[in-house]
Amino acid sequence: MSRKLTRQEKALIRTKNKLSSPWASAISIVIALVWTVPTLGLLVTSFRDDRMAISRSGWWETLLPSNWHQFGLGNYESVLGGNYNLGAYFVNSFVITIPGVLIPITLALLAAYAFAWVDFRGRHVLFIAVFSMQVVPIQVTMIPLLTQYVNWGLNSTFWVLWLSHTIFGLPQAIFLLHNFMQDIPRELVEAAKVDGAGHVKIFLKVVLPLMVPAIASFAIFQFLWVWNDLLVALAFAGNTPATAPLTSRLSDMVGSRGSAWYLLAPGAFIAMIVPVAVFLFLQRYFVRGMLAGAVKG
Amino acid sequence: MDTILHPDTNLTKLLAMVLAVLLFVGVMALVLFLTNLPKRMPSWGVAIMFLTPTIILLCFGLLYPTVMTVRSSFYGRDGTNAVGFANYVTIFTQPQFLQVLLNTILWTILVPLFSTGIGLVYAVLVDRTRFEKLEKALLFLPMAISMVSASIVWKFVYDQKVGLLSALYTGVARLFGQHVVAPQWLMSAPINTFLLIFVMIWLHAGYSMTILSAAIKAIPEDLVEASRLDGLNGRQQFFYLTIPMIRPAILVVTTTVAMGGLKAFDVVRTMTAGNYGTSVIANEFYTQSFQYQNAGLGASLAVVMFIVVIPLIVFNVHQMRKSQEVR
Repeated sequence: MSRKLTRQEKALIRTKNKLSSPWASAISIVIALVWTVPTLGLLVTSFRDDRMAISRSGWWETLLPSNWHQFGLGNYESVLGGNYNLGAYFVNSFVITIPGVLIPITLALLAAYAFAWVDFRGRHVLFIAVFSMQVVPIQVTMIPLLTQYVNWGLNSTFWVLWLSHTIFGLPQAIFLLHNFMQDIPRELVEAAKVDGAGHVKIFLKVVLPLMVPAIASFAIFQFLWVWNDLLVALAFAGNTPATAPLTSRLSDMVGSRGSAWYLLAPGAFIAMIVPVAVFLFLQRYFVRGMLAGAVKG
Repeated sequence: MDTILHPDTNLTKLLAMVLAVLLFVGVMALVLFLTNLPKRMPSWGVAIMFLTPTIILLCFGLLYPTVMTVRSSFYGRDGTNAVGFANYVTIFTQPQFLQVLLNTILWTILVPLFSTGIGLVYAVLVDRTRFEKLEKALLFLPMAISMVSASIVWKFVYDQKVGLLSALYTGVARLFGQHVVAPQWLMSAPINTFLLIFVMIWLHAGYSMTILSAAIKAIPEDLVEASRLDGLNGRQQFFYLTIPMIRPAILVVTTTVAMGGLKAFDVVRTMTAGNYGTSVIANEFYTQSFQYQNAGLGASLAVVMFIVVIPLIVFNVHQMRKSQEVR
């Protein structure tokens, strides 16, 4: 029985499934609603300009056309400038994230290449040592690192944030990229060697081009991770507009301005725009990276 | 020099970033150039050139701090007086910390249980339906947003006055002829812990769904067909074919998500800051270390986390090895 099902047969199975299980559809609709409606509600709220109304009536009431006059961009204007100045934090998030993605991936590519294609003594032991660094929770490293940064006079600068995100991202980056790199056919590398190419040339001309999809998928991973980070930011960034990212500022606003939804709602969406856009455009790579991390190994 | 260290306008910040990237690119180019320079570079030479930056960073940033933290977990508040196991005794005896441990256990069990469960059920239900891609994207999207944003989304749902949960609560009560005021959800223990845990489940279900959906799609078509010919209905097929076939994927997902639950920090920090009996180890570490300046106790909390996470990782690696052998 190895033939593939024809399209009609598939359609038949599909309709049979559907008809036989109204409960199944109901459950999947409920799940889909619970997973989307809360965000939708906050999105609607972020455009409600009437601050008094936000704290008095539910957002769903504005869906009635008679309440549409409430909508406007006022909340976004308030949080982007003035006291809240989310614009500056938005720039910080960018400035933190780009080197925080580029540097660990580059270092990890070199390391992964050495582990996968360079023969040297102690290779396996070293790889296992690096691999097992994934176990260390960030919390375990924070206080000693902070002490060092303070001693160097570098705390609350972008430099230590770049350094920290690089360090914390490295073990997993090496691990994932190494997995991909091992799948490169041995003959390709051997052929290049026979042609007289050294390791640097093989790395740049043979391996790197083949690694592009893997690099893309890990880059998205690391991007989301750094952009969305709160712990590293709270510990090392210092809570000022000079260095702190959006997450840090938002978390602060939730604490101090409890239920000022007219500020929190647009704030949350400003923080979401970039990762959601990255996610939607590069979904395919992201999913591939995730599957490689979870199922391969 | 000061501007490079402490840029304060958007322009100088971006310049500092470009400078950092260029500096890094320069160093990397130098490394590659030097490696390529000798006519016949021995393998160990290449290995040293390629691995040294990484090894230095990992020793400095992970290995050395871990040793220091384990050490300071045996020291007192300011790290000068040795106190033996006193910090650990505090964690495992004082009611406040027992609550933290209990909460952490709840997080580490409930988050993987429910996000895997929901992810699995959803993956099966939307498999091969007409709008599969869209339906999956709906569940998956929370993965892209930060836990801070997610916390705000759900804090809004849990708002006593204008939250959806409150509206549902009072609405349902009204159906039964009761006029009630919704509770302050996030201040009411123990329900608040479960409400926070749900946020984490919401964030992770998409991850579980994606991995499990891929595993389900990898089940050979003829097996599915054969089971159908044997007269298995949907439910039987789910329990006797789907689940056993994707068991390794389920295990991997569960352990990964359990680690997420154990490290839950952002959600707790943003929603309650650990007040009203909702704290977990990851948050308590931050509170003790950075707010109460109790380095010793903070360090021991971090070490407890470390010890809990080790078996999870070992198990995960073991599973990966096994699935790799099958391949």
